[in-house]
This record gives sequence, C-alpha cells and structure tokens, in this order.
Amino acid sequence: MKHTLVALVENKPGVLNRVASLFRRRNFNIVSLAVGETETPEVSRMTIVVDASRTNAALVEQNLLKLVNVIAVQDVTDEPVVARDLALIKVKANRETRSEIMQFVDIYRAKIVDVSAESLIVEVTGPEAKLQTLLDLLRPFGILEMVRTGRVALVRGSGAYAGNGHRRNGNGEEARTPVPGADGREGV
Amino acid sequence: MQLTGAEIIWESLLREGVDVLFGYPGGAILPTYDALSKYPQIHHVLVRHEQNAAHMADGYARASGKVGVCMVTSGPGATNLTTGLATAMMDSSGIVAITGQVPTKAIGSDAFQETDVTGVTLPVTKHNYLVSRVEDLAQTIHEAFHIARTGRPGPVLIDVPRDLQNARTEFVYPTTPVRLPGYRPKPSGSPEQIRRAAALINAAKQPVVLAGHGITISGAQDELLEFVEKTGIPVSTTLLGISSIAESHPLCLGMMGMHGEAYTNLAIQDSDLVFAIGMRFDDRVTGNLAKYLPHADVIHVDIDAAEIGKNVPTDIGIVGDAKAVLQQILPLVEPGERSDWLNKINEWRNEVRARDIIHQEFPDDILLAPHVMHELWRVTGGAVLVTTDVGQHQMWEAQYFRHDRRNQLITSGGLGTMGFALPACMGAKFAQPNEEIWCVVGDGGIQMSIPELATLVQENLDVKIAIINNGFLGMVRQWQELMYDRRYIATPLLQPDFVKLAEAYGIMGMRVTRQTELAPAITRARAHRGPVLIDFRVEEDTNVFPMVGPGRALHDMIRRPLHLVATEAAQ
Ligand SMILES: Cc1ncc(C[n+]2csc(CCOP(=O)(O)OP(=O)(O)O)c2C)c(N)n1
Repeated sequence: MKHTLVALVENKPGVLNRVASLFRRRNFNIVSLAVGETETPEVSRMTIVVDASRTNAALVEQNLLKLVNVIAVQDVTDEPVVARDLALIKVKANRETRSEIMQFVDIYRAKIVDVSAESLIVEVTGPEAKLQTLLDLLRPFGILEMVRTGRVALVRGSGAYAGNGHRRNGNGEEARTPVPGADGREGV
Repeated sequence: MQLTGAEIIWESLLREGVDVLFGYPGGAILPTYDALSKYPQIHHVLVRHEQNAAHMADGYARASGKVGVCMVTSGPGATNLTTGLATAMMDSSGIVAITGQVPTKAIGSDAFQETDVTGVTLPVTKHNYLVSRVEDLAQTIHEAFHIARTGRPGPVLIDVPRDLQNARTEFVYPTTPVRLPGYRPKPSGSPEQIRRAAALINAAKQPVVLAGHGITISGAQDELLEFVEKTGIPVSTTLLGISSIAESHPLCLGMMGMHGEAYTNLAIQDSDLVFAIGMRFDDRVTGNLAKYLPHADVIHVDIDAAEIGKNVPTDIGIVGDAKAVLQQILPLVEPGERSDWLNKINEWRNEVRARDIIHQEFPDDILLAPHVMHELWRVTGGAVLVTTDVGQHQMWEAQYFRHDRRNQLITSGGLGTMGFALPACMGAKFAQPNEEIWCVVGDGGIQMSIPELATLVQENLDVKIAIINNGFLGMVRQWQELMYDRRYIATPLLQPDFVKLAEAYGIMGMRVTRQTELAPAITRARAHRGPVLIDFRVEEDTNVFPMVGPGRALHDMIRRPLHLVATEAAQ
C-alpha cells in the first residue's frame, strides 16, 4: 500500500537536501517526492509517496518531524484528498496510428501538446491509476520519452495546513508502529 | 553597538554562559581567534587533534549538563571533528561546534581548505547552519544552543565564512526564548497514554523497568527511584543508563544486553511488561529482535517520537521528557505484590554470584581487568567519576565498578568510539574541577588520543589514567577467539613503555603487575596532586562474559564459566 505524506517545510536553502539525505540514510523507500511553493512564500510543500510495504510510513513521518526545518507533516492516505500526478509522454505516431492515439487521449481527457511527423507529446493529469492505464494503452505504439511529476495532493474541504489535522513536531503519541518484517512480529 | 562577526561570536558565547571551549586554530577561523584576546573571561583549551575538541566538549556537556563548545578551522579542521560529532549525536550529547569556512565568495570554488562542512556533517548533527549574513550570526548562535540543549540533545554545527567574521554589524543578542516553527520538543506525555500505561503497570506480574540515558539527561533520577520503590519493580539499565539508579539498590539489576549479567537478561526475557524510559532498544541491548521479549507488553517513553516503534513493536508509546512523564505516572501507579517474581530473579542472581571472578582465588601475579575495576571502586569508595573508552575494559568497568552515584560514568555507547575516554575525561574535569576523575582506557584506545597528554599537562589537569594493558585490541581479539577460530589478525599490539611515555610528558607514571600492588598504586595516584598514568598489565587472553553472540537471543548467553580464568590463564 502506498502512503501519501504532506510535509510543510521552511523555504530555505538546503532543506530538500536534508529531506533527501534523511531518506537515504534511514534507507526509506520513497516512490515519489514533489516539491513546490505554497500560498506562503516562506513555506514549501512536499508531497511524499512511501511504499508502506517496504517502509514504515509512521517512521518516515516522525523522522521528517525531527528535522528542524520541517514545520508539519500529515499522512493524508486516509483523508479525502485530491491527488494528482502529471505526465508528459512522447509517443511514436505516424499517419496510420495518430488518430487511434488521439482517441485514447480523448477518452482519458488528456491533451496533445506537441505534434511532429513521427511523434506526439501527450500531457495527462490525474490519479496515478489513470496515468498508468493510459501509459499501458500507449506503450504498444512506442514510448520515446516520458516524465512524471510524482503525486501532489490536497485535502478536500476548507481546512488548511495550520488546521488540527496536522501532526506537528513531537506529537507521536499514538504511534503504534511495528516495523513490518523487522522481527517477524507483525502488528500489535 | 557595532561589532565584528568575530566579536559577535564571543559576545554570544558569553551570553550563553560559556567560559571554556576546546579548539584548534587555522586560517579560516583566525579572525575569531584574534578577537579572543579581548575576552579573557573565556578559557580556550588548545587540543592536539580536532576530534578531541569535540570529545572534550562532549565530556564537558555530559559532566555538567550544560552545552559544550568546540571551535576549529575549515577543511581538515572541520572534517577532523566529524567522529566527535557522530559520537555526540549517537549519545544525545548537547554540543555546539563553530567552524571557520572559506570566504563567502570562494564557497564552491574548491578554495584552499574548503570542504562542504554542512554537507559532510548533516547526518551526524542534530542541526547545522552555514551563516550567510553577519546580521544572522547572533540569532544563529542563540538557536544553536537552544537546539543543542533541549528536547533530545545533540550536536549543532555553525559554519562561519571568514569574511563574516570580519564584517561589522549592530550587535543585539536576542533575549526572547527561541521560537522555531519546526522545532517544539514536547515536554510531557499525553495523559490518556499515561493512564493506559499505569493500568498495564499495575496489572503486570513480572514487570521490569529499562532505564536509559534519558533518565540522566532529563535529571529524572529521583523520580525513577521513587517509581521503583513505590511499585517494587526491578530496573535494569543500558550502558548509558548506568548510574541513573544506585547499583547497590536491591531493585537494581544492573546493565542489560550483550555483556549484561545473566540474571538481568533472563529477567528481561521472562518479563510480562517492559517499561522502557529514555532508551532506544539498540541492537546491543536487544540481541536478536525476533526473539526479544517473547512475553512482554512494551511501554516506551522517549522524548524522540521517531524512537518509538523503531526497533521494537510498542504497545503504548509516550512521547515526552522522562522526568515529566515519570512525575505524571507516579500518582497513578500502585505498590504491587511481586515476591514470586523477585525471588525468581534473586535465584538467578545467586547463581551468577558463584561465577563471579571477584569471588574466585587466583595467584597474586594473575592480574585481571575485573580486579582492577573492583579495586578502583573499593579503594576510592566509588566516589569518583569514570570515563571509559571502548572495548573489553569498558564492559568490565560497567560490570565490576559499582556505580552508586549519579552521572558517574561517561562513555561512548552508541558509536563506540575508541579514543573517547581521555579527551572526555579532560572535558569532564573542566566541568567538575572538584571531582576525582579516572580515565579507564585500553592500550589500543589510549594510543588513539595519546597526543592529548600534552594538553593535559599544559592545562595542568588532575586526572588519573588507568590503562588496562592486555597487549591486544582485546575486544576484537575476543571476537576472533570466539568466532574466527583464534586467528588473531591485526589485534596483537605493540605499545610504547607507557610509564616512560608519561614521564616524557611530565606525568607521573606507574606500572602494576600484581593484585597486591593494586590498592597501594591507586592510593598513591590519588594522593598525588596532578595527573597520573598507571599501566595495569593484565592477563592477555581473557574474555568478557556473559556474552550474547551476534544474532543470538538475549537469553542465549555464553555464560561466565565457573572457573573461567583459572583454566584460561593456565593455557
Ligand atoms: C575508532 C574505532 N576503531 C575501531 C573500533 C573497533 N574496536 C572495538 S573494541 C576494539 C579494541 C579495543 O582495544 P583496546 O583499546 O586495547 O581495549 P580492550 O578491548 O583491550 O579493553 C576495537 C578495535 C572502535 N570501536 N573504534
């Protein structure tokens, strides 16, 4: 199962390095990490997707909170969220295949953003599953290049990051966090 | 008041209460050193290697409960610090390191003596800073001390480019408490978790308390004692938890883990509830995790939320300061009737006593490290502070010196850094000038920090050095004996004549080769005002037992044989 963590961090030099270095040295398996600005200039927002079958998401959360520049972390996996990933896919296309590809693009409400004699660039946004199916459909035509942003997510409703939902530094109380596989005693 | 960055550093240190620091100069920190001439209130100790500046700051911090400070130059000066920072990081010791850096404009150009110090030290510091404006310097130092000393303490490094040390700005030291958006250590535990924990404790039939370094750091010794006496629950300590409760206390089971006494490890493995406070279930105390605590529920109290559930599944996690949490839980726990449990432990304890080396007779010329530790404890009445290095002597000290006083042992637990004991004892002496301080160290470890003997003499520090000289890198030799078929590769060790060496430095030196010489030598050393070095020539091929082999369950120990040494020495 994949867990989505949202971290609000101080927008200072080196903070991304601190986060990346933490993941490396704790041997955390991270599926994706997206960083960007927020409504507050001093704060950046990181959306981190953790493969929870290999890495304990609660430990990732607690270790992020230990970084002095990390302001708040929330595991939004069980929250109602809008989660999006964006992909740009360059796919081989010739006169015969182009219209078929465009049909798929239409069905998935993706966009063609570049056309050349031998290829198309498709832009698609949505949850990962949607991107994945479109990718699978396009693969037989020949994918030349692809880039994805990784997941970004916002919790639905009017709450903002300062809201109570966020686990702030030090509030690890309810952390019942067996490390899966570490000692064969799954769960408690 | 307009001051230079260099002056701001000293003014800020003064305001943080610093009167001594440990360091080594060089080009990139020279403006700051130059300004020190205006601050005679601050004593600078010139070390002989930067690693030892960090260890001294660390020893100072552990012995005083205050933040220790060290200062070095850029590049090699800063990289030499890293082992000391990592040692302090692993053992939650609050130090502040100030490093010079090449001028701002030169950063990134591979300038002479440039190293990416914030990059290099990132994983071994609690936090670090590269100061980019002289206007930020005072605030940065203020924050650094706050971060180093609060929450789970740790090393904080401030890298200061040389141009900022010369730049001028208005100096105003922040007087308000530090407020950082992402750093708010949680003082007390959640009342709900505490209530649940108390219920588990009151219902437990075979509980044990596992006390770690957090007890000493938070000053929770009174609360721990009160808890133990109120509930009647026995307590075992980690290596760094030693002396958080008097070891003579009938409910103190002593040190747990790889070289813990058998009755201690057996009690832990047999327990139905573990109440762990300020310890982190290091692999040296758990043994094989899959076989650890087969019957016990786990309550884990730690100031660091990321420790809870890291190694051992936790039934109740409580994030908070050890002292505060103990105060919260004390009114909720009840005295329990657990005489069956205590009798069971005492049976194991009696069986262990029979194997104790101290209760066996050996010829006078068979001098064993445990004899040295036992006599050191007996002759001094235990009224000393001890620093130990890493290896067999460290474990024997833990086993055979009885620590009844608080904060009595300073050792490198988490990182196991050889070369720690001597500089740490010097730092501790600055913190506790009236304490008698003994540095217990192997013949290998002392050779890692021997240049500091010159510092010792230059500073005229009255500390006593006990070299446990077994002619080997003993602990490694032990592993080779037990696990590598006695192939002693790279462990036999040639030493200088330590007595002559001491004398070369102007230190009184002695050699002890027999048991009957122990007490007179220790007494003489104590009577001498000034540093003394004693070369204790102990038997070469003895092993530390009990021992939980790597990968073994905690209760699966190689026991101390009934006649261990007699047979080994005869070989
Ligand atoms: C800096 C460092 N290097 C290597 C080790 C590995 N090591 C652990 S114990 C030990 C032997 C220590 O020998 P000595 O100082 O003579 O002490 P003894 O074990 O004989 O008491 C070694 C090499 C270490 N802990 N630290």
